[in-house]
Amino acid sequence: MNGTVKYDLVIVGGGSAGLAAAVAAYDSGIRSILVLEKDKYLGGILLQCIHNGFGLHEFKEEMAGPEYAQRFIDQVKERGIECKTNAMVLDITPDRKVHYSSLEDGYVVVEAGAVICSTGCSERTRGAINIPGTRPSGILTAGLAQRYLNIEGYMVGKRVFILGSGDIGLIMARRMTLEGAKVLGVAELMPYSNGLNRNIVQCLHDYNIPLYLHHTVKEIIGKDHIEKVVICPVDDNLKFIEGQDMTFEVDTLLLSVGLLPNNPLLEKIGVRMHPKTKGPVVNEDLETSIPGIFACGNSLHVHDLVDFVSAEGRLAGKNAARFLNGGLGDDTAVIDIAPLNGIGYVLPSLTHLDSIDDTVLKFRVKQPYNNVYINIKVNGQSVKRLKKPYLLPAEMENIPLKGLELQAFAGDKMEMTVEVEES
Amino acid sequence: MYDIIIIGAGVIGATIARNLSRYDVKVLVLEKNSDVGDETSCANSAIVHSGYDPHPGTLKAELNMAGNRMFAKECEELDVELKNIGSLTVATNKEEEDMLDKLYVDGMTNGAPIEIISAERLREMEPFVTKKATKAIWAPTAGIVNPFELVVALMENAMDNGVELKLEEKVTGIAKDGDVFKVETEKGAYQAGVVINCAGVNSGVINNYINEKKELIRPRKGEYYVLDHFPAPYVTHTLFSVPSSKGKGVLVSPTTHGNYLIGPSSEFVESEDDKGTDGTTLDNVIKEAYRLVDEIPMQYVIREFSGLRAYHDSGDFVINSPVPGFINMLGIQSPGLASSPAIGEKAIGMVRDVIELREKKDWNPRRRPLYRVNTLPVEERQALIATNPDFGQMVCRCEQVTKGEVIDCIHRNCGARTVKGVKKRVRPGFGKCQGGFCEPLIMKILCDELGKQPVDVNYSNRGSYILKEKTKGEK
Repeated sequence: MNGTVKYDLVIVGGGSAGLAAAVAAYDSGIRSILVLEKDKYLGGILLQCIHNGFGLHEFKEEMAGPEYAQRFIDQVKERGIECKTNAMVLDITPDRKVHYSSLEDGYVVVEAGAVICSTGCSERTRGAINIPGTRPSGILTAGLAQRYLNIEGYMVGKRVFILGSGDIGLIMARRMTLEGAKVLGVAELMPYSNGLNRNIVQCLHDYNIPLYLHHTVKEIIGKDHIEKVVICPVDDNLKFIEGQDMTFEVDTLLLSVGLLPNNPLLEKIGVRMHPKTKGPVVNEDLETSIPGIFACGNSLHVHDLVDFVSAEGRLAGKNAARFLNGGLGDDTAVIDIAPLNGIGYVLPSLTHLDSIDDTVLKFRVKQPYNNVYINIKVNGQSVKRLKKPYLLPAEMENIPLKGLELQAFAGDKMEMTVEVEES
Repeated sequence: MYDIIIIGAGVIGATIARNLSRYDVKVLVLEKNSDVGDETSCANSAIVHSGYDPHPGTLKAELNMAGNRMFAKECEELDVELKNIGSLTVATNKEEEDMLDKLYVDGMTNGAPIEIISAERLREMEPFVTKKATKAIWAPTAGIVNPFELVVALMENAMDNGVELKLEEKVTGIAKDGDVFKVETEKGAYQAGVVINCAGVNSGVINNYINEKKELIRPRKGEYYVLDHFPAPYVTHTLFSVPSSKGKGVLVSPTTHGNYLIGPSSEFVESEDDKGTDGTTLDNVIKEAYRLVDEIPMQYVIREFSGLRAYHDSGDFVINSPVPGFINMLGIQSPGLASSPAIGEKAIGMVRDVIELREKKDWNPRRRPLYRVNTLPVEERQALIATNPDFGQMVCRCEQVTKGEVIDCIHRNCGARTVKGVKKRVRPGFGKCQGGFCEPLIMKILCDELGKQPVDVNYSNRGSYILKEKTKGEK
């Protein structure tokens, strides 16, 4: 093809967020839609997530990742939405030209009315967390090992240690055990796990895999392939406690040490980025600082459940359609939203007075809490206070602002804050 | 029977191989690793030093000055990335200023075109330099080079011109019978009239096989941080700190691909296998780097690495021929990379003392250029894809590399055989995801192009497998 084409809406990334966005935009009346997916198939990372637990919110049933993805792929196909696979987007310009390259089409520039970025997230690597020792093979992210195992059909090793208690690591502990590997343990730097509780129980406890909280890797040993990993407990300042090393003979170290939203294309054109989420700053419509460019899914912020990703994708699709059909109408008073005590981040970063009924606050706490209140304030005055029996960093909180009466605050500046209030 | 055997395919061995390839001689290069340039040459600061700071009168001073002048032509012929960004050696207090003045005198003696510049001019040139900076030496002829590409290109061009390369052949002994050397490896034995020892950290061991006068080469480790490329402006020159009573100092420098290097540390280690990094050393590297800049965007750290430098107690390069026909390249540590073209030239002179070198008529100094698809203007890119759709298929997201480029780097002379080999040649795996996305794709291409099974593809050297076994079907 090699040329220039036009679409009303281009969606960058055909995973769970992008597919849901495409369906929602279509259902909102947009017909000229192009979904660009870098991989061979639609569905994104779900395709390698062959375990169950997906869809409880979205479909009220429990399904495996590929099954969940297929529901959305079918919806996209039924609507005849155009999707290109093996098509990697290389540039998005501020005037919404999307450059992509693919085996089938060559290098194409798409002039888009609106763009939705649903480019997912990447796993933090060894380099990002500075694990000491040599650099042999056999140290890889849990997600990469998952791809090798579930898509390509290869085991990366048989004696495994896992650093980090993120969900992918926990899932892989079980998966590799089922496939005949010996998983010797999971080390977590923090005194609490970063995975969902159900995964700790179902993936570690059920298989007698020890979880070493407040431990991390002190040394990697091995010349060509990893031979040993040394684990050591850390104190409250996360410094190694001397004399308590444990050495494990392994052929694999999997890393599950966090996910980072993937936004190099937006960063390149100066889209305002959120210092905490590492995704773009968005308003309640999921629009970034560049008009007509929207973001959703794990490239906006990392979610716990794919069901929430789909919901967010739908919101982006709906709002992109509104944008294309004559504007979002965001001209009422701006309310800036900021995290306070105990809150890691809150999205969106701003909303508008008239949109308050459609605004849902999404946030994470910095540390675990029990029996506390979430206090939402506007200009320092409490407007909503909710009791929470527990709050965990691993679990994203959703608070709809529907019904909140804020007209009285309408003035020059409206600032909403979210904080944890300990009783 | 070969005319010349070169032991070691780092930048020195590869340069000498390429220089010899212009003559009508039979040359064999023996390399213990699975790829060329896999030791010191792939783990250094990647700087083409200006030549101002080695002590006047040393081989380092002479060869660095000469090598720097030869670099542009070599890189142009071989299509190797070289950027002449210049270096700034930054003083922040009186002691360092005094040292800077001494270095300036040395630099003038060496003949380097340097100047001392004021804090104001320094900040104008390099806004990211520390506010504490008081004075600097500006060395406009310093540059940065892609060291991975350089060694591969040198060897590829040498092979294009008839040089033979044998990988995974560790030399285990050398004997001389009359005028003929017998070089034994783990796999076999090879004969030649001339042997050139370019074994870097192992060059002492190689010397000791044949020379009565034993030499000790001590590995000195340098640890670095690598930052990802990022859109915001940052340092645009190589910044060196002044060696002072507080320490030798480190550098902060862009790389040819817009990444940044911070390092190195410097410590002697016992073993040539000791290439690990450790937290304390790297913490010190960062502390030292704050002598140069006030901001280090650590959120962009994507990797740490270490390299070993071949240190000889003389502190200088030691280039000699202790046994007729046996040529030593000992202690080639920094500025070895910058000096390499001149060392290569010197080696030719030494070989000429032993055997006659007749120029070939058909020597081609040029390497077929790489495609570098992501740097092409849109129309050229489309034209290239029209000739081969593999140049449309992207395999690396972070560095934007196409399948066509990966296939090309496998099928050239001195082609990639490993995942790291592909990474060094065309960059997939160098980005933020460190291979998380591209590694399975690279592995598939290596299998398809080389007729291998995935379990037989190594990351780097023998034993560095990535996949242990197939889960289903035939094992």
